[in-house]
Amino acid sequence: MVRKLSAIFLAMCSTQVLAAEVNIYSARQENLIKPILDIFSERTGVTVNLVTGSADELIQRLSLEGANSPADLIIAEDVGRLYRAKEAGVLQAVESPAINAIIPEQYRDSEGFWYGLTLRSRVVIYDKERVNPADLSTYADLADPKWNDKICVRSSSNIYNQSLVASMISRNGVEATEAWVTGLVANFARDPQGGDRDQITAVAAGQCDLAISNTYYFGGMLNSANEAEREAAQAVAVFFPDQNGNGAHMNISGAGLTKAAKNRDAAIQLMEFMVSEEAQAWYAEVNNEFPVRSDVAASEVLQSWGTFKADDIALEELGIHNAEAVRIMDRAGWQ
Amino acid sequence: MSSMINSLDKAPEGALSSLRSVFSNRLPTLGILLVCILLSVPVLTILASVTNNSDGVWQHLYETVLGDYVTHSLTLLVGVGLMVLLLGIGPAWLVTMTRFPGSRVLEWALVLPLAMPAYIIAYTYTGMLDVGGPLQMWIRETFDLRFGEYWFPQIRSLNGAVVMLSLVLYPYVYLLSRMAFIEQSVCVLEVSRTLGATPFKAFTRVAIPLARPAIIAGLSLVLMETLADYGTVQYFGVSAFTTGIFRTWFGLGSLTAAAQLAAVLMIFILFLILAEHWSRQKARYHHTSNKYTRLPRIELTGWKRAGAMAYCILPVLLGFVIPFVQLSLWAVDTWHLIDKESFLTLFFNSLELASITAVIALLLGLLITYTKRLRPTLATRGMVRVLGLGYAIPGTVIAVGVLIPFAWFDNTIDAWMREYFDISTGLLLSGTLVAVVFAYLVRFLPVSLNTLDAGLGKIKPTMDDVGRSMGLRPLQILRRVHMPIMRGSLLTASLLVFVDVLKELPATLILRPFNFNTLAIRTYELANQERLAEASSTALMIVLAGIIPVIILSQTISRSRPGHDAST
Repeated sequence: MVRKLSAIFLAMCSTQVLAAEVNIYSARQENLIKPILDIFSERTGVTVNLVTGSADELIQRLSLEGANSPADLIIAEDVGRLYRAKEAGVLQAVESPAINAIIPEQYRDSEGFWYGLTLRSRVVIYDKERVNPADLSTYADLADPKWNDKICVRSSSNIYNQSLVASMISRNGVEATEAWVTGLVANFARDPQGGDRDQITAVAAGQCDLAISNTYYFGGMLNSANEAEREAAQAVAVFFPDQNGNGAHMNISGAGLTKAAKNRDAAIQLMEFMVSEEAQAWYAEVNNEFPVRSDVAASEVLQSWGTFKADDIALEELGIHNAEAVRIMDRAGWQ
Repeated sequence: MSSMINSLDKAPEGALSSLRSVFSNRLPTLGILLVCILLSVPVLTILASVTNNSDGVWQHLYETVLGDYVTHSLTLLVGVGLMVLLLGIGPAWLVTMTRFPGSRVLEWALVLPLAMPAYIIAYTYTGMLDVGGPLQMWIRETFDLRFGEYWFPQIRSLNGAVVMLSLVLYPYVYLLSRMAFIEQSVCVLEVSRTLGATPFKAFTRVAIPLARPAIIAGLSLVLMETLADYGTVQYFGVSAFTTGIFRTWFGLGSLTAAAQLAAVLMIFILFLILAEHWSRQKARYHHTSNKYTRLPRIELTGWKRAGAMAYCILPVLLGFVIPFVQLSLWAVDTWHLIDKESFLTLFFNSLELASITAVIALLLGLLITYTKRLRPTLATRGMVRVLGLGYAIPGTVIAVGVLIPFAWFDNTIDAWMREYFDISTGLLLSGTLVAVVFAYLVRFLPVSLNTLDAGLGKIKPTMDDVGRSMGLRPLQILRRVHMPIMRGSLLTASLLVFVDVLKELPATLILRPFNFNTLAIRTYELANQERLAEASSTALMIVLAGIIPVIILSQTISRSRPGHDAST
């Protein structure tokens, strides 16, 4: 009994150390990343170990574990999080001409601390019957009283909303942004609740006319296994705002090399693999995202929405203004 | 010291001395104290944050959202508290004291919602009742209405959260109050009847007051679980204390202010617990009569029968049957999309963690409650209080409370070993299952402690004396007097912890080792991608894995009546 218990204890304590490996803390969930990591392992013989979780918590874990942390790479689902990781001092810069040649400048950290791997846009989803797309124009216009009681959006605790507001702060300053947020909140059709798919569903059900959503959620609904969800998605359409101005708000999922990385070379090798044509085609498609490299085609669904002008603001701006964005949303009463 | 024991146990000096002799050696007591201190570290780490400076974040919180956090959390507490009392006590009394069609099945069925994690029932009901769900769609299509032209309750709201939490948490009150009703001597109730009380009056004036410690124990578990809930309120967009903690931590980037919010939460709980104790004052609830006959169950007829049936079926229907059926339908729908290979691994990982934690929590719980009973010093009682707070703290906050000391320990050892032996030990405990189980213990030991404490309270000090006078040695008293009486509590404590661990998500998520997943994690990952239907298979597995212990639990309690096997 005692022997068995101590064996269990020892087994629990062991953190295996193998020859060629990369350890990843990933906010991208297992089913959206594991298959491509398996292909990498197969090709290179490098074992990839994975812990998934929410980015903020993984960053916290990384920073508490310090120099002894086993993690080599961190993967996050929003630039705001990557910026937080950089600020928390848990990342180190990577100098890879190969990667730099592929990823456009605005989608990576100016000092090389993080790199975007996929792109998504935060867009307006509108009801095809009740809304004339000609009435839609800019993000700023969403605060116009003509949309009173018509807009659905999720909680301001959500990082995508925080990043959207942060980009407004970067472009227009705090004061104008606060006025905009206040106007937007006044146009809410209901208290913020649920996720992005829920907002789209609410539009289809008639609770609101417009929803603010990330593109891949809409793409996922169009491809959904659930018939009701597909039907809901077919009742609405996507609108890319600000096409005559700065362009639609963009965000990334991306990766950074940790300061504690013990398997630096293998980790960089993996990052390079992730931006290869092959990996990009799969990695972007599995979650209906836009590839970060322009020479890889987006999925059919995404292509069907046509081309659009993307905002080319340096994404680190969204991280810089994140905390201010939260304060503004608190003051404006965006739950 | 001895006078303290006297006042606490109302036993003459020396009555417990024999048993106490087991603990007279200071070493085991000190050892237990040490374990308690270790387990208190996460909670104390958070409490200690109160003195830190949070750079004006509080000013911002106070001016904007703090009022909402407080009122919403209080509304949740009051709403859930009232609802679980309503759903828990009445059915417990009815299935224990009366007979009506289905009452035997309901005895255990009423516990089933315990196997249903709150966030899963919230997802499920949202899927059914939300504006885009099948029910509202049906209403719109059938009556040719548009949204807003008919009334329908908003499921994702503060009230919705109250209902969801109540539906899965009431079994705590049901279980513990039923246990208390079963153990009550019929004599007391018969006396009240001969004094002219109606059965209802006997229930409200005698049975409920006698069961009060048990009801309060169940209620406090419910309230703590409510305060710690993050999944439901977050999904419903309700800004409560827990969601506020995360928003402050990540959104405002202030771990200090977030920890302080958590500390405020804990101090509030501590205050509630003390208030309850104070109101109970010195009153003890030992049963004075030992005459146990078989419970005279009243056969209900007519409208009373129909009423009792409806009252007892409703909680099971809403808290278990409906969400279970919906989950099953989704699971059938999406089965072809599910990665079946990893299914068994997930299942066994969940079971392994739950069993290990349940066993350790039981053993620690026993040691601690006995120490508290036999050596109720200020230190032991204080420690038990602090340990008890873990249940009210959101799992993620506990996880950070575990990460901080573990990482510190690992890094200190590593630095020391490097300096003196030139060996790097790396992280010994962080990122292992030891850290995960440790966090579970911090969070769920209170469940074990509460249950065991209530069980031990049933053993009158005089029973020890009787045992002694019959020549039993202290350990024999433990085995032959305490064990039979405590058996139900032991099982209850370990099964409750088992089911809680099965459902646990946030601490597992942040502390677990590489390549290790559980059912709860897989469910969460899919649900978090807003693919509820695909999440249903693993959600169902959690529920199914939890059902068996829950049924065993219920059976144990049915049999826990003293003299259950004896014929009258």
